[in-house]
Amino acid sequence: MDFVQSFRLAAPEVLFSLSGLILLLASAWTRSDRGARVITWLTIAVLVIGGAMIAPALANGAAGPDTLAFSALFTASAFAAFAKLLIIAAAAASLVIAPAYFQRLGAYRNEYPVLVLFAVLGMCLMVSSTNLLSLYIGLELNSLAAYVLAAFLRNDDRSAEAGLKYFVLGSLASGILLFGISLTYGFAGTIGYDGIAAALTGKISTGAVFGLVFVFAGLAFKISAVPFHMWTPDVYEGSPTPVTTFFASAPKVAALALTVIVAIEAFGNQIAAWQPIVVFAALASIVIGALGAIGQTNLKRLLAYSSINNVGFLLIGLAAATPQGVAGMLVYLAIYTAMTIGGFVAVLMLKDADGNPVESLADIAGLSRHRKVLAACIAMIMFSLAGIPPLFGFWGKFVVFQAAVEAGHIWLAAIGIAASVIGAFYYLKVVKVMYFDEPAMKAVGHSDWMHQALLGLCAVAISPLGYLLTKPLGALAATAAGALFIP
Amino acid sequence: MADFPILSVMMLVPLLAAVACLLVEAKAARQIALVATLIDLALGILLWVNYDIGGAQWQFQENVPLFAGFSWALGIDGIALMLIMLSVFLMPICILASAAIEKRVGEYMAAFLLMETLMIGVFAAQDLFLFYIMFEAGLIPMYLIIGIWGGADRIYASYKFFLYTLIGSVLMLIAMLWMVNEAGTTDIPTLMEYNFAPEVQTWLWLAFFASFAVKMPMWPVHTWLPDAHVQAPTAGSVILAGVLLKMGGYGFIRFSLPMFPEASAQFAWLVFALSMVAVVYTSLVALVQNDMKKLIAYSSVAHMAIVTIGLFAFNPQGLEGAMVVMLSHGLVSGALFLCVGVIYDRLHTREIDRYGGLSINMPYYALFFMLFTMASIGLPGTSGFVGEFLSLAGIYQVSSWVALVCTTGIILGAAYMLYLYRRVAFGEQKNADAAAMPDLNRREWFLMAPIAAVVLWMGVYPESFLAPMRADIAVLDARIARAKPASDAQLTAGKPKPATATEHAAHGEAH
Repeated sequence: MDFVQSFRLAAPEVLFSLSGLILLLASAWTRSDRGARVITWLTIAVLVIGGAMIAPALANGAAGPDTLAFSALFTASAFAAFAKLLIIAAAAASLVIAPAYFQRLGAYRNEYPVLVLFAVLGMCLMVSSTNLLSLYIGLELNSLAAYVLAAFLRNDDRSAEAGLKYFVLGSLASGILLFGISLTYGFAGTIGYDGIAAALTGKISTGAVFGLVFVFAGLAFKISAVPFHMWTPDVYEGSPTPVTTFFASAPKVAALALTVIVAIEAFGNQIAAWQPIVVFAALASIVIGALGAIGQTNLKRLLAYSSINNVGFLLIGLAAATPQGVAGMLVYLAIYTAMTIGGFVAVLMLKDADGNPVESLADIAGLSRHRKVLAACIAMIMFSLAGIPPLFGFWGKFVVFQAAVEAGHIWLAAIGIAASVIGAFYYLKVVKVMYFDEPAMKAVGHSDWMHQALLGLCAVAISPLGYLLTKPLGALAATAAGALFIP
Repeated sequence: MADFPILSVMMLVPLLAAVACLLVEAKAARQIALVATLIDLALGILLWVNYDIGGAQWQFQENVPLFAGFSWALGIDGIALMLIMLSVFLMPICILASAAIEKRVGEYMAAFLLMETLMIGVFAAQDLFLFYIMFEAGLIPMYLIIGIWGGADRIYASYKFFLYTLIGSVLMLIAMLWMVNEAGTTDIPTLMEYNFAPEVQTWLWLAFFASFAVKMPMWPVHTWLPDAHVQAPTAGSVILAGVLLKMGGYGFIRFSLPMFPEASAQFAWLVFALSMVAVVYTSLVALVQNDMKKLIAYSSVAHMAIVTIGLFAFNPQGLEGAMVVMLSHGLVSGALFLCVGVIYDRLHTREIDRYGGLSINMPYYALFFMLFTMASIGLPGTSGFVGEFLSLAGIYQVSSWVALVCTTGIILGAAYMLYLYRRVAFGEQKNADAAAMPDLNRREWFLMAPIAAVVLWMGVYPESFLAPMRADIAVLDARIARAKPASDAQLTAGKPKPATATEHAAHGEAH
């Protein structure tokens, strides 16, 4: 075992953990707002450097035994690299928008960027795991940081409630997952994905099926797929908006990538066993996510249901269980990240004249009259989330449905796409409120230039110009998915 | 000319103008929009002049593999050429007709210009997915046009329009994905010659039908149309009736028929049945309307049913007739909506009873209105006659019953249109405010006169419009010939009697 080689492969993670510790120490000596800003930007710099170290693995299509480190507990494959880059981008975005939001409330602390950094480290371990143990360590590292982040506004009841709910339900999910892991270990006799795949072939015992079901149930909690989605609206609504932006993007990417890894690598020989679970979760998420959103009056809750709805579409790519399906999922994840960050940043930018956040749907009535550009961006994001061409959100749905059709799941695709029309209803409602209704003149406050820049970036990415990215994005996703399907 | 990407330019001009309109003041936006649409009209004329009738089937082709999975492939045949001409011809008129729009002019013009880009894109797309993107994208500007600038009940109408057409289209996407997977290409001309297995065609045809039937619209999924038409602003109605409905017919002629000939024949009875119901039922509904726009909207459904029977007659007359009805209906119903718009701008009501005797105080208006009424009925000499006659002649070769039922549509059409005209233009001047309305102003002359000229041109010399399409319709007819349904006419040649016997008989009768 070449130790140097292992550290070289895990260099970005090593960088993140060392920087996290150093920044944590540094933050003990700086309590000023300015110090918090400096630490935020240092964290972003660390993330960018880490991203630059990860990128070559994706470009080279790293795969196979050469990417394994630490006695095959960790892999730096192209698939992991793709997911990590998305995670890092999402985390950096949620760091960029945070200071302006928290400082107005006088609640910005040095711990925020450090916690995000540790969460990113956890997520990187998750998507690099080749082993149920490294999976669990990564997941918990991410979750523990996330629980604290949810409750970051200590004086706000909603934030504290969100943190507690997230913690209780997250622990329950971890328990379920751990139970599944122990059953799987019991029946496979190993915790390595390769070993599990080799042990669980052909017809497997009921106990092993139970293990598989519990593992998937635990993961479904983490990706907030129906029927394990109930925590999502409450946590998304209660958490401070920059934290919600983070929750809706980075951990979602990590958990979905992890689900793919577990499904394809560990249970790759049991596709028939998990496919019905994924199909059910996909269709149920699409339908319940869409129906649940219709009655919402709070924008953050609405976006939470929208994320449940989107997870359904993402799972259709997994249900196809082909490299094309996984590649489609990755493309969708990239587009989804841009859409969801854009959506929450737009919510962040809605403020009344005193700078208080405006989150209710009724309060943004007639927004298109006095905040033209912001309203246009929100409208674009809504149409994109609904998957209406020519916006780029359509492409994400397109590639997963294409994969499903190519894999022969025509009925899954037909039902899924027909259910997407239900979702279109509430996305349209937001556009209707902003464009057709008489102005409520609530959201008139000005927004931070950093927020404007980020929203603009997301809006350009999901505009029809995004289609120019389809070739490189598709090629990278195919490389990444290819790394996962090496026998 | 050969290398000039004229179709892309035609799409780019309104797109750039749309962006410009968002950035400028109302007055400038109107001018930009008018200039951009006129440039497109000029480019369209250039396109028609350079179109080589009898030349290659696909002309002005462009293909840039810009995207993963599909490419920026454009190209037109005669059918697409005519529909593009219709679009670019109606657009400047729509912009001029929007003088009554006061609020958010820049956004309004931008939405219309975006529509123009997408309409040209739909007709010019040679890639299946590019077509789908253009086809679906039109929902967004139209949703905004109805919802922001529409009438009192605009929000309900905008939702209905959007969701109805969306649910129709998404199933088509799945069918398209399957076809591309099966045939291994997204190129429309190639797919038009690809033979899918007949049992698969059934499903694919139904998926496409779900989309095009809603867009067309066919009974019973037509109910979005009256709402959308009534609530949309005048120019919105013109574009809806003039061009958007043609996307359904274009879809049938470009996709359903050539790609799935067997399934088309298999389901011809369904199309006939729905069309027969539509012709009779919606004509009767039109007869009892009090709202002028609603009446014209229902008449659109009836006319579109004539299009569908012509398309599924599986013979050149029917296909040519369907195309001419589409072009003619685009002009005539667009013009009728403009006629309604002219008096709506003056009195702000669409209720028929609030008018009366307009031929006294608005003689020129009454004249134009009569011309378009007659064209809608299908009076010989107007465009309506040519299309309806050809369509019905086509269907008569297939089914006398369908022809019989659908011909009653012409009679009913005459009934409701003449009844409308009598109530609006003739009779007593019973409403003082209606009697005080001034006649057409110069702007309104510019709206009416060009359409009137083209309606008469198409009625008197339809060859100008049929010639570019003839070769393409012949190709299509040859393609679907193998599935052609048998005619219901039981022609049995009688036994000729010997000549002498006849003579005898004649002799005998004389006595």
